[in-house]
Amino acid sequence: MIIRILGEGQYDVSEDALPRLNDLDSAVESAVERGDEVAFATALAELLGGVRSAGMPHDAESLDESDLILPPADATLEEVRELLSDEGLIPG
Amino acid sequence: MSLMKRISLIFRSKANKALDRAEDPRETLDYSYQRQLDLLSKVRRGVADVATSRKRVELQVNQLEQQSAKLSDQAQKAISMGREDLAREALTRKSGLTSQINDLRAQHTQLQGEEEKLTLAQQRLQAKVESFRTRKETIKATYTAAEAQTRINEAMSGIGEEMGDVGMAIQRAEDKTAQMQARAGAIDELIASGALEDVSAPQGGDDIARELDSMSSQADVEAELARLKTGAQPQAIESAEDDGDILEAEPERNTTEGGSPA
Repeated sequence: MIIRILGEGQYDVSEDALPRLNDLDSAVESAVERGDEVAFATALAELLGGVRSAGMPHDAESLDESDLILPPADATLEEVRELLSDEGLIPG
Repeated sequence: MSLMKRISLIFRSKANKALDRAEDPRETLDYSYQRQLDLLSKVRRGVADVATSRKRVELQVNQLEQQSAKLSDQAQKAISMGREDLAREALTRKSGLTSQINDLRAQHTQLQGEEEKLTLAQQRLQAKVESFRTRKETIKATYTAAEAQTRINEAMSGIGEEMGDVGMAIQRAEDKTAQMQARAGAIDELIASGALEDVSAPQGGDDIARELDSMSSQADVEAELARLKTGAQPQAIESAEDDGDILEAEPERNTTEGGSPA
């Protein structure tokens, strides 16, 4: 499957890696819900690190849509909240 | 639903919403391509802007470092004149500058990172725009309404996602550099006004600075004199002893070292 890290590009990630990535994802999610900045930064770094190490960069010239899209590495908790809301971040 | 899924869905629907679709799918393709080219030139400008900010910070670091070296020098001289108070003053100012310099260095690293990220984003978008163009021409050439629509949709959503990503990257880079530029502007003003020397001496160190300055210019004169006195004789003899080329060896320059009147 294709996973995009915003600001970084797309990765091909094999399905085998998904259970582990899902665990890492849950950690990010709960940090966002708790509003815990520190835990959020660590969990996001681990999640993105997991994608990078499990994946290979996807062909740059392809026009494929990603299956999953992840926040940029230096995103703040606030920015992730905005990504999850209806306004903001992607300029129309 | 997982965070990844939610972000993906929302991001994608926003990206798709941003793509206006025309009645004739082929027009949609051309219109989208135009938007891609616009975005591409926007990224290029973004890269150039960040590079300009980075260079500005570099320049400021250089200026502050010179200032800091000057203060070290002054401290040294003050010590050699037995003026510990002046030396302390100079070193205090220097330490104020050091923290400014470290701050600027951190900014510089951050700007460098933004520049690299945007450059890569530009390359990725470039590659995708290029293949979109090829795809677009193929679709238009073989156009039959039924098959074209799906292929158009595929191409559009793929590029739409990339455009959303790059658009966001530019936005973030702009926000970051805008903050830094405000601070860089303040530092430029300080450097220009000469006030920076007093940054760490808020209780007005002007008199001390003047005294230090006049003392160090006196010291400069003394040092210059000393150099002139010792530098006057021995050079020529040594070089003549080197080997037998006496006749050739002496295109005698009469300028004594350090003899400029300033």
